[in-house]
Formats: sequence, C-alpha cells, structure tokens
Amino acid sequence: MAEKFKEQAVVIRQEELAYGIYSMWLKTDKIAAQARAGQFISLYCRDKSRMLPRPISICQVDAADNALRIVYRVAGKGTEEFSTLGTGKEIEIVGPLGNGFPKKDKKAFLIGGGIGIPPMLQLARELTCEKQIILGYRDTLFLQEDFRGLGKVYIATEDGSYGTEGNVLDAIRENGLTADIVYACGPTPMLRAIKQFAAERGMECWLSLEEKMACGIGACLACVCRSREKDSHTNVNNKRICKEGPVFRAEEVDIG
Amino acid sequence: MNMKVNLAGVTLKNPVMTASGTFGSGQEYAEIVDLNQVGAVVTKGVANIPWEGNATPRIAETYGGMLNAVGLQNPGIDVFVQRDIPFLIQYDTKIIVNVCGRTTEDYCQVVERLSDQPVDMLEINISCPNVKEGGIAFGQDPRAVEAITREVKKYARQPVIMKLSPNVTDIAEMARAAEAGGADALSLINTLTGMKIDIHKRTFALANKTGGLSGPAIHPVAVRMVYQTAHAVKLPIIGMGGIAAAEDAIEMLLAGATAVAVGTANFANPTATVEIVEGIRRYMEAYGIEDVVELIGAVR
Repeated sequence: MAEKFKEQAVVIRQEELAYGIYSMWLKTDKIAAQARAGQFISLYCRDKSRMLPRPISICQVDAADNALRIVYRVAGKGTEEFSTLGTGKEIEIVGPLGNGFPKKDKKAFLIGGGIGIPPMLQLARELTCEKQIILGYRDTLFLQEDFRGLGKVYIATEDGSYGTEGNVLDAIRENGLTADIVYACGPTPMLRAIKQFAAERGMECWLSLEEKMACGIGACLACVCRSREKDSHTNVNNKRICKEGPVFRAEEVDIG
Repeated sequence: MNMKVNLAGVTLKNPVMTASGTFGSGQEYAEIVDLNQVGAVVTKGVANIPWEGNATPRIAETYGGMLNAVGLQNPGIDVFVQRDIPFLIQYDTKIIVNVCGRTTEDYCQVVERLSDQPVDMLEINISCPNVKEGGIAFGQDPRAVEAITREVKKYARQPVIMKLSPNVTDIAEMARAAEAGGADALSLINTLTGMKIDIHKRTFALANKTGGLSGPAIHPVAVRMVYQTAHAVKLPIIGMGGIAAAEDAIEMLLAGATAVAVGTANFANPTATVEIVEGIRRYMEAYGIEDVVELIGAVR
C-alpha cells in the first residue's frame, strides 16, 4: 500500500488560467515524490466552518523539486479560499490518495472533459506509448498548451469556437482516430458515452470517477460507486472511489 | 497525572474515543494516526448481514458541519469478525463494536456472535436517522428503547452502551428507559436530522433527501443533552456531537460525560483524536488537575 502523508504544503505560485480556473504549484515534503498520474490530494480550508477536505486531482508532478500542481475550478467557498492563496502561503494537504491510472504500452486515447482535463496532463507525461490527446471544453480553452509535445492533441468545444464543434467523441469521429486503450476523466455523461464507445469497439477503457467525499481515505463510505462484482473490502456491490479508485476499469463500475 | 477513566468496568487509558461511522474499523486512519494513543476505537456499525447503504450523494457540507446519509453500509458480521477484529487487537486500545439492525433479532444475532470475541464493549445503534427500518425506529419510543435494551442484554457478554438519538422531545426519558432495560452505559448524541437543498440544481443535496447533521454546529445541543442525561440516570455517559478540539471534549466531561467520542472532526483533521488527548493533558497541567475524573460532571 502506498504511503500517505499529512503535510503543510507551501504555495510556490498560483495563476488564473481562465475565468474561475486556477493553477497552483505546491511545494510538498514527501507527497510529490510519491504521486502518480490519476491520484489526488485532499486540501483543507483555513476557515473551519468548512470542515471537509476538497479532493483535487494531481495535474503535474515535479518529483525532483518535490512540487506538484493542481488545476481546479472555483466551485464554492472552499475552492474560492484556495484561489486567494499567494506565493509562500501554507495549506494543509493529505496525499497522495487513491490509485493512479495503470500505464499500458498500447496506442492510447487520453480524454479529458472540462475540469477532468488536468489529470490527463501528468498521465501524458508518464505514458511512453503512442498518445492521442482529446480535450473537450464548453467554450474557453485552458491547459491545452501544456500538452504540446506530449502527443497529438485534438480539441472539441461545445460552441465550436475552437476545433471540432461538439464533444470529445465527435472529435474522435471527425478525425477518424483509433486506439487500443482509453484513459478518461470528466463529467459523468461524457464518461458514460466513452464507456459505451469503447465497449462497442472492444477497447480497454479506464475511467476516473468523482463523488462527494468526507474523509478521502476510505473510512467514511460516502464516495462509493456501484460495482458489477461484490467488492472484496466492502463485501457489497459498492467500491470506494477514494480508495479503490478514483480510476476504475470501465466494465467494473456502473455509472448509470 | 491520571488520564484513565472507568467506563462500566472497562478502563480506558484516556477518555477519548472515535465516534462510530467516522473511523471505519481503524485500518484507514491507522496510516495517519497512532491508534495506541486513543482510549478506544468505536467501529462503524455492523449488522448480521452486509448492507449496501443509500444512493449517492451521501454527504453534504453545511456551515460548521455536515449532513450524511450513508445508510449504515457495512460488510456484515462475518467479514467484520474475520478481518476487522484481528486488525484492531494488534493495538493497545479498547475495542467497542457498534451494532446496527433492522429488527430486534438482527441486533441480538450480532451481539451473540460477538460474545466470544475479544471486544471490550458493544454500542447499540438505535438512533441512525438514515435507514427506514431499525435504527431510529427503536430510539424514539421509550418502551421500544427499554425492550430492545433488555433483549440485547440477554445475549451480551460485554457491557452494553445504548446510543441515543437527539431527535426526541425528552432525552432524559429515553435515557431512563435504557437504564431500566439494563444498559451499562449511554452514548449521546447521534446526528440531528436535517436537510440541504442545492439551489443551483434545485434538488436535494443528498439522494436520501434528509441526513444526519454532525460537526461543531451541533455541539451545544450535545452538551445540553449530556448534562440533562447525567442528571437523569446513574449510568456513565460517552459524550459526542461536534467535538473538534480539546476544549469541546473538556466541556463535555464537565457536563457529565465519563468519556468523549470524536467523529466528524476526523474528516476535518485526521489526527484530531490524538491532538484532543494531548490538549486535555495540557489543560490539566495548566489548571493543576491530577486526575481527569475530577472533571467529570464538575459543573452542576
């Protein structure tokens, strides 16, 4: 079992990439050196009227410098608090949490939708196979420049302002792309469509799921998803997203 | 300095334990917290058979607290006995098993199964607001509280703690009923029933619509109920409800609790339990208190 640590991380720098989307680099003691693509960290608010940690996926790791990057959307008061932290400010974090993406040497689709794009960056950096990176946005692009040189990048926007008009699967079809394995993170309707798309084509498919969490470490049983098989830990057809996930083989889980 | 307390004949090394449902069976937190430092680990509720729990979302944050409607998901007593008890006995702490059920027979079956197991106490959950059958159905009627306590006691080899619901008009009446039924100790409070609505999605924040409110927001309610109960019965009380710091735990002891349980605070700070133990020690040093027992019920 991978070790996890509770630390006071220090903000190296923070910037707003697009409206409400922030990029924060954190200096850690031990967490970054252990972190892998697809894992997440829990960030704790200073304002203790907000008790629960915010689980945020790891976007980029600089193991040599023990730094890691998160790219997140301000979704409420907790993430709003994080967005105000400038260089040198401390923030309590626990991590690395969850299991990352498995890394297979197969021609791959790396698919990110919206705020599901950030974990794909570290995955693209870790994978050595042939990579086709498909990024889906509503309208405003962010982080797309960081994928340059890591694989062939395709972009879809819902309003058609850039790349394919439509979603990530429209981009795949429009460009006639094929792959043997899919790694994906994004909104549930997107993941559901990707699961079906991969199943129809016999592609191996790995999805990163999210759910409201309390503890983040597998104790509270808040963040479960329905599983096809009985889970060996819970002894029912529920898997803990924070512990057994957040990345699951698509066939293992029922995502509605 | 003495930190030990006697809870219905069981000696705890200090009065701080974990609250059921917030700490699993300790395995996950053991990676971050030294379980040897807590007075007892109270496990997540276990039933006679595995329970799948409620649909998600199961939790929602609220101001100074949270709502949960996990629905007592648990692996069932067989897996619990095979896996969780062997894990916990490795530590120098007391083991308190929280028991849940849908019927009186369910509870008794689990209690009987635990009779030859190396566990120190049983906590009977008759106060979960998030399941349709069992749970709170037993906890809001004094006759039902007394009856289930009496039944469980027939099968129990370990001291029995009845965990009471705050969702009642008169907590003292429920406490007296448990005492009449033969309870050895009481735990209070379980969560307060609440609701949160997502105004952007215009739907309930929890799939179960209602959930149990916990966290610092409920602490004053818990202190009041512990105080009332301490004056209504002779049984020792485990006080819980929004304890997030040593000050909250001390307040609960002063109100009449013999021990305290830390729940939601584990989510906000995974090392909350051990920090509270240390905080109580510092408080005792600062005020020259030799024995933690001096604090119990000191404010009358």
